[in-house]
Amino acid sequence: MILRASLLLTGLCLSMTAFGQHAGVGAPQMEPADNDVGDIASLQRGAKFFVNYCLGCHSAQYVRYNRIAADLGLTEDQLVENLMFTGQRPFDTMDIAMRKEDAVRWFGVAPPDLSLIARSRGVDYLYNFLRGFYRDESTATGANNLWLENTAMPHVLWELQGMRGLVAPEAEAEAAQAHTEFEMVRPGTLAEGEFDVVVRDIVNFLDYIGEPMQLERRALGIRVIAFLLVFLLIAYMLKREIWKDVH
Amino acid sequence: MATSASDVLGRMNRNLSALGAWIDARFPMTKLIKEHATEYYASKNFNFWYGFGVLAMVVLVLQFATGIFLTMSYKPSSEEAFASVEYIMRDVAWGWLIRYLHSTGASAFFIVVYLHMFRAMLYGSYKKPRELVWLIGMAIYLCMMAEGFFGYLLPWGNMSYWGAQVIVSLFGALPVIGEGLAEWIRGDFYISDITLNRFFAFHVIAVPIMLLLLVVVHIMALHEVGSNNPDGIEIKEHKDASGKPIDGVAFHPYHTSKDLVIIIVFLILFSAVMFFAPELGGYFLEHANFEPANTLQTPEHIAPVWYFTPFYAILRAFPSKLGGVTLMALAVLLPIFLPWLDRCRVKSIRYRGWTYKVALFVFASSFLVLGYLGLQPAVGGYTIVALRVFTILYFAFFVLMPFYTLNEKTRPVPTRVTK
Repeated sequence: MILRASLLLTGLCLSMTAFGQHAGVGAPQMEPADNDVGDIASLQRGAKFFVNYCLGCHSAQYVRYNRIAADLGLTEDQLVENLMFTGQRPFDTMDIAMRKEDAVRWFGVAPPDLSLIARSRGVDYLYNFLRGFYRDESTATGANNLWLENTAMPHVLWELQGMRGLVAPEAEAEAAQAHTEFEMVRPGTLAEGEFDVVVRDIVNFLDYIGEPMQLERRALGIRVIAFLLVFLLIAYMLKREIWKDVH
Repeated sequence: MATSASDVLGRMNRNLSALGAWIDARFPMTKLIKEHATEYYASKNFNFWYGFGVLAMVVLVLQFATGIFLTMSYKPSSEEAFASVEYIMRDVAWGWLIRYLHSTGASAFFIVVYLHMFRAMLYGSYKKPRELVWLIGMAIYLCMMAEGFFGYLLPWGNMSYWGAQVIVSLFGALPVIGEGLAEWIRGDFYISDITLNRFFAFHVIAVPIMLLLLVVVHIMALHEVGSNNPDGIEIKEHKDASGKPIDGVAFHPYHTSKDLVIIIVFLILFSAVMFFAPELGGYFLEHANFEPANTLQTPEHIAPVWYFTPFYAILRAFPSKLGGVTLMALAVLLPIFLPWLDRCRVKSIRYRGWTYKVALFVFASSFLVLGYLGLQPAVGGYTIVALRVFTILYFAFFVLMPFYTLNEKTRPVPTRVTK
């Protein structure tokens, strides 16, 4: 009875602790990223957006170009033509030319390396952060972010998303509820749904580079567990045979 | 001349026995195998709880094997450590598997050992004549804590850095010698490259040697007195004509074949975590540790890895730092005295009175709740009340033990093992 009760309590505690890993960010609800690292087409698009929009300022210093090509089903020619613009060799890592000291002078902080950003911040945060920019004349970049107030990062994707402005809350009650509503100040080239897909592709790519072997890991896991289940059956039969004469 | 297969086998067999005899004349090989395997008798009614000793051995071997391979590519320097871990994860062939085996193995080690210790409390395995087995086991546990603490700094992530900073600074709370002691441990005024290097030395050489030695001594002491069983009775008291305990079966092949099943079940669960959730939601690998150590920016919320959190919670339950550190040290060390705190002669919980059953339940619950509270951000209000209540319950289990176990209303203990 006591054993069962303590096991139950363990379960309870574990389920309690399962909550709130990235909690406490703000009042508005985060939307789930819902990305799929197995979706190669999405990863290819994400890689394209990443090198075009992110890699100017952010490095991914642990990620090798040719590894991306191999995992995303690209030939070396496709890789060099579509994803490499600054004269690196295919086996190089995704470094940038901007020096840290300069970055600090220009932006106030050095843009973080993005190799592991999906693992440290979580994909949901990234998905909401990249969709969370709005116009704010009081900042140096002219944009602010719903999820990281006064971020040093400009709204890099504004051409795609367009520039939104925050609608001032009408009543104090609304303000107290942290009610956020946007109006499009200057439309971008993409509709809202299309833009979300672009962001999801970028986040998917970031998820992938955070742990490039994750698909391989899961595939191997299924085979290892399948083997162990067969081994378990054999070991159990051996045990039963050996214990036959014990009463 | 044609030779048949049986001739060849026969000759091989004779050669092997000759080799065995040659070794036995120089080293007690056969004697050791008999003493510790084929003629070591342990009770035939071992249950689920008796699997965790062998599992601890399995994880120990796993940690040694994977650790050796990690050391081949890891760089213990503040400049290179973080990058070398990512190098292992991305560029070293099967490096990710080796690293995840090691990081998952660390948590698995503590899960298995906590359950192994709880088994001892369920069935009174620390009582006479096994007090030394328990003491050596506690020494192993302390070594494991040191090993976990030193190893956690090595990835040089931000949580590694600040976790080490917080824990080393605890020594600074000691009066007079505190600050000097903390500085002596770090080898510097803050956690630095020097600290990382010495922690590496402790993690890969000093503590593993101690662990290995203590495990050998733990098993030698156990095999001298014999294993306990779920009925908490001595099987050596009932022997057959040939001197074998009637209720015992030879460790090999009986318990080894059973242990193999247990090991495979464990490996299936272990694989499920390692292959499908190696971070285990941030508990086995913390999110903040995927950012390199940053001496200027603390993580949002510093918490030690889960296996230290019950003690960390106790530290936070006390308002003054020195008091908290003292309580925490006591909480870690108190189980050492269990063999003498427990005055009841009956070993197994099956035949013990309700007082011990309730006390053990309260203790296990408080340990789990404290572990949970230790993971939460430091906030006031009801959390601090809960912290204190469960800290008091944790200590009450030990401090009151001589009283509630003295005149315990036990049930009659059978002379032979039951199912």
